[in-house]
Amino acid sequence: MADHTHNGNGSFGTSSIRLKLGLAEMLKGGVIMDVMNVEQARIAEEAGAISVMALERVPAMIRAEGGVARMASPKLIKQIIAAVSIPVMAKARIGHFAEAQVLQHLGVDFIDESEVLTPADETYHIDKHAFTTPFVCGARNLGEALRRIAEGAAMIRTKGEPGTGDVVHAVQHMRQIVREIKALTVLGDEELYNAAKVHGAPYELVRMVAKAGKLPVPNFSAGGIATPADAALMMQLGAETVFVGSGIFMKERATPLDVENDPKEREEAVSRARAIVIATTHFNDPKIVAEASEAVIGSMKGLAAAAIEESQLMQTRGW
Amino acid sequence: MNHQSTTRQDRPLIIGVLALQGAFEAHATALTALGVTAKLVRTPAELANIDGLIIPGGESTTFLKFLERDGFLDALESFVETTPTFGTCAGAILLAKNVENPAQTSLAALDITVERNAYGRQIDSTILTAPTELPGGPLEMVFIRAPRITRTGPSVETLATRDGFPVLVREGHLLAATFHPELSNDSRVHQLFLDLIRNRA
Repeated sequence: MADHTHNGNGSFGTSSIRLKLGLAEMLKGGVIMDVMNVEQARIAEEAGAISVMALERVPAMIRAEGGVARMASPKLIKQIIAAVSIPVMAKARIGHFAEAQVLQHLGVDFIDESEVLTPADETYHIDKHAFTTPFVCGARNLGEALRRIAEGAAMIRTKGEPGTGDVVHAVQHMRQIVREIKALTVLGDEELYNAAKVHGAPYELVRMVAKAGKLPVPNFSAGGIATPADAALMMQLGAETVFVGSGIFMKERATPLDVENDPKEREEAVSRARAIVIATTHFNDPKIVAEASEAVIGSMKGLAAAAIEESQLMQTRGW
Repeated sequence: MNHQSTTRQDRPLIIGVLALQGAFEAHATALTALGVTAKLVRTPAELANIDGLIIPGGESTTFLKFLERDGFLDALESFVETTPTFGTCAGAILLAKNVENPAQTSLAALDITVERNAYGRQIDSTILTAPTELPGGPLEMVFIRAPRITRTGPSVETLATRDGFPVLVREGHLLAATFHPELSNDSRVHQLFLDLIRNRA
């Protein structure tokens, strides 16, 4: 816990944050895939994923099955780390720094302090400066993104609504963050103090964003991305990489494709994973996105985000 | 820092940056700051009319997925045979003759053996500052989940080391680093690549 002097702007020169941002830089322009077992992790790597997120249940299953969603078992995480050569991420509950300590100990490359899991603290997020392992956090707007960055997040992902296969909220959150950043760039110096108050974010970070016209950490996208065109859409809207959760390995909302025993279902997952990877790199080339989409077998059934009751939304977790 | 640029040819250099995934933007920014034009390369056709190529850091397994499509690997193999190319981290892995941990396909252009993720995971990533063969004093080197060069062929020149293992090497028109010069403010390594291109012309 030696790093407590860091806050706001002051932390961006340290070697700790530079190494965290360095790995985030390497992950740009790619796809990070949720995986629940070794076989899915291998499929993700073979398809060209830049990283895998190890978890017990993908958001669609957590949503369907209910209960308390926690950090994945260390056994599963170790198996996945051993199975692939690409970086491995894992999720800790919001505010659950002891889960994060376990994940750091296991050698996870990035920790996602995630609203997909059941929050462990209703007031405080994890002090991410206290860790050597970099963190990614979700955000729905600029203020939320900057609060997470102040706490030490080295990567932001728009939240969207996880486990739905409905991209509408990922779009909404990305557009909102981009719009709020643009608005800051035209403000005068004296107006930035008030902007910091309005966004509920540290002044130094608000000023940094106003001058640079972008977040001081990479801005990725997550929550409801299910098709190659969804990925291309988010990249064109300003995402620097996409997270795909339930979209690749799910059949029905609570039933994953059986990639371990059914060769046809394995092929379906491979086709979706490969196509999303291609569309993310070539997001600006509709011909390639069309070809990639054509090669996809089947798709996740999905759940319209508008049909979800307010209390069941995951995106409203975190503050 | 940029005195050598007076010896350039009559048009500014155009340097391609392989932009399949990874730290391509950071390289493009570093190149632009040195006064050359950076061009992002995502298809085999975009390899035409560039004076040199940077293959950035990222995930080498992801790069290979794209290179397996549309004859990209063959096109890149012919390209690096004749045109100056600089590989950093994953790019160095791609240029290497042999890749270990695990073994994987590569362009096999540079006579080195590379072991992937040899220094450990992200928690073992580090920034070191050490003297190198480059003039101008110690060089900052940012290592992110770095590979290790475990063997260099007889015609490979080692320009910097870490714990006795090479981290910056040159063989003819090819340059490779296992660290990330695009993540430091020091432009000497990129300048070295540009000098290599100009001196060749």
